[in-house]
Amino acid sequence: MSKPGHEILHLSNVSRHFSGLKALSDVSLSVNKGEVVGLIGPNGAGKTTLVNTICGVTPASSGVVTFDGRDITRIKTYQSARLGLSRTFQIVQPFAEYSALDNVAAAALFSQRGESLKSAREAARAHLAFVGLDAQADQSAATLTLAMRKRLELAKALAMKPKLLFLDEVNAGLNSAEVERATKLIHQLAADGITIVMIEHLMKVVLNVCTRIAVLHNGRLIADGAPRDIIKDPAVVDAYLGQQYAQRNAARG
Amino acid sequence: MTRTNVALLVLIACVAALPLFGDAYALRLGTMACMYAIFALSWNIVGGFAGYPSFATAAFFGLGAYTTGILMNKGVPLTLSLLGSLILCLLLAAALGAVLLRLRGHYFAIASLSLVEVFRELVNNATDLTGGGMGLNIPLVSGSSVLSDATFFFYAMWGLLLLTALVVIAVSVSKLGFGLNCIRQNETASNMVGLNSTLYKAIAFGLSACFVGAAGGLYAAWVHYIDPSDVFDILYSVKPIVMALMGGLGSPLGVVCGAFVYLGLEEVVWRNYIQIHSGVLGVLIILLLLFLPHGLISLHVGKIWRGLTGRKAKHV
Repeated sequence: MSKPGHEILHLSNVSRHFSGLKALSDVSLSVNKGEVVGLIGPNGAGKTTLVNTICGVTPASSGVVTFDGRDITRIKTYQSARLGLSRTFQIVQPFAEYSALDNVAAAALFSQRGESLKSAREAARAHLAFVGLDAQADQSAATLTLAMRKRLELAKALAMKPKLLFLDEVNAGLNSAEVERATKLIHQLAADGITIVMIEHLMKVVLNVCTRIAVLHNGRLIADGAPRDIIKDPAVVDAYLGQQYAQRNAARG
Repeated sequence: MTRTNVALLVLIACVAALPLFGDAYALRLGTMACMYAIFALSWNIVGGFAGYPSFATAAFFGLGAYTTGILMNKGVPLTLSLLGSLILCLLLAAALGAVLLRLRGHYFAIASLSLVEVFRELVNNATDLTGGGMGLNIPLVSGSSVLSDATFFFYAMWGLLLLTALVVIAVSVSKLGFGLNCIRQNETASNMVGLNSTLYKAIAFGLSACFVGAAGGLYAAWVHYIDPSDVFDILYSVKPIVMALMGGLGSPLGVVCGAFVYLGLEEVVWRNYIQIHSGVLGVLIILLLLFLPHGLISLHVGKIWRGLTGRKAKHV
């Protein structure tokens, strides 16, 4: 394992357009090993597109993405998964007919070399237990609640033994008890040394978990820095947080 | 090996006993039954496991028939000709699959349908090699008596069915089958967990074509004469889909049952309603699909399975 602080992901001048629409323009960003980076911004800012661009779902129109010293700009999605980039989806993407166990087993089976169906299922059990779904292991994914499916996504992502984990709004649509539970899991992962980039709208969670925050607005990176600097940044307050949040925050101190 | 797969092999073994008490007509029917079962099992790989509704069965049936026909006319023995059909269809389908299977849903269905037309026109126009619209005569293989001829082709087709079933069962319990099921359920997620879906789909398409191609070759040798409108008949593409839907999508045992039942219906209806047989058959199929949407497999095997193990029957 490389030392903390070593750069694991680097984007230089990455742009992505969908015909006329510029979803990302000139985004330069780097993520160091062991960091928990919060990616925030208004809806449509390009947060998910950024993750898709890194993972090879929608490759960059221009610019270079490097991961662990390797150029992955034009990589295929399945290849990026095998390199150790894994992600959860904002809109959960389970294999609906499969049991929770087989969902996670699929992730272990196809992302790791030399894994057999049997060994993948064994590995899957451990990951399900970690996210607290061991009781639902044999239930089909279609029958799980949203909160469970979000945790299933997380278990799948973990089964891929990620070096870099993208969490795309794992808390969206969850109630406060469920959010607390998910936050605890993320804390635990960060403590285990997994580098995390999380897209999140709940500022409480972002401030609680992240060591650094990057802000996207209209496809541009408008701020990147320590959480307490970001929430005072006038550009961020303008674009995303709003005056009310800034005032409340200032009042609190 | 799951219970349904054992049941499938037992069913196929029972079919082998047909020549003991059947006449030439029964053997002809049995050969057709085996051929239909090969179609349905093959289609099930790409349509049932991977969830891509292929209409290319007729394309590879015709291609296999012509490959064997041409090779045998050049003096190549039957077995080698069939092997030629099988390998050609496997490779060509895998290559075409890598391109065509990037399309999804209706787009893929239409593209696969167009393969039939393209192949037919190619065969129609390559007059020197294929005889074009005049058709192609194929030398006799055994040809001592009607009954021994029928027995020979019945066992040949049966052997091919057995081989197909074994391969399909092997696929269904392997990493490949697991991956194809993932692709059917959620292709985006499949890619995201590191599954090379293009490769898997190409292999699936190749496997779904090769046995159909070999069956086409056997058919050509069996009927001694083929022409483009006969072997590139679009009905060969549609029938396996109907059989699979009738039997139970995704289940090897189900689709083979579907194939046998379909042939039975076709034969009974054709005998009794010669004027309106297509219409009656169509109505019967619609009724079956309406009242048994998950196919015959959901009828008995599913219930027995659940009763025995207390689990939900899993389509493998």
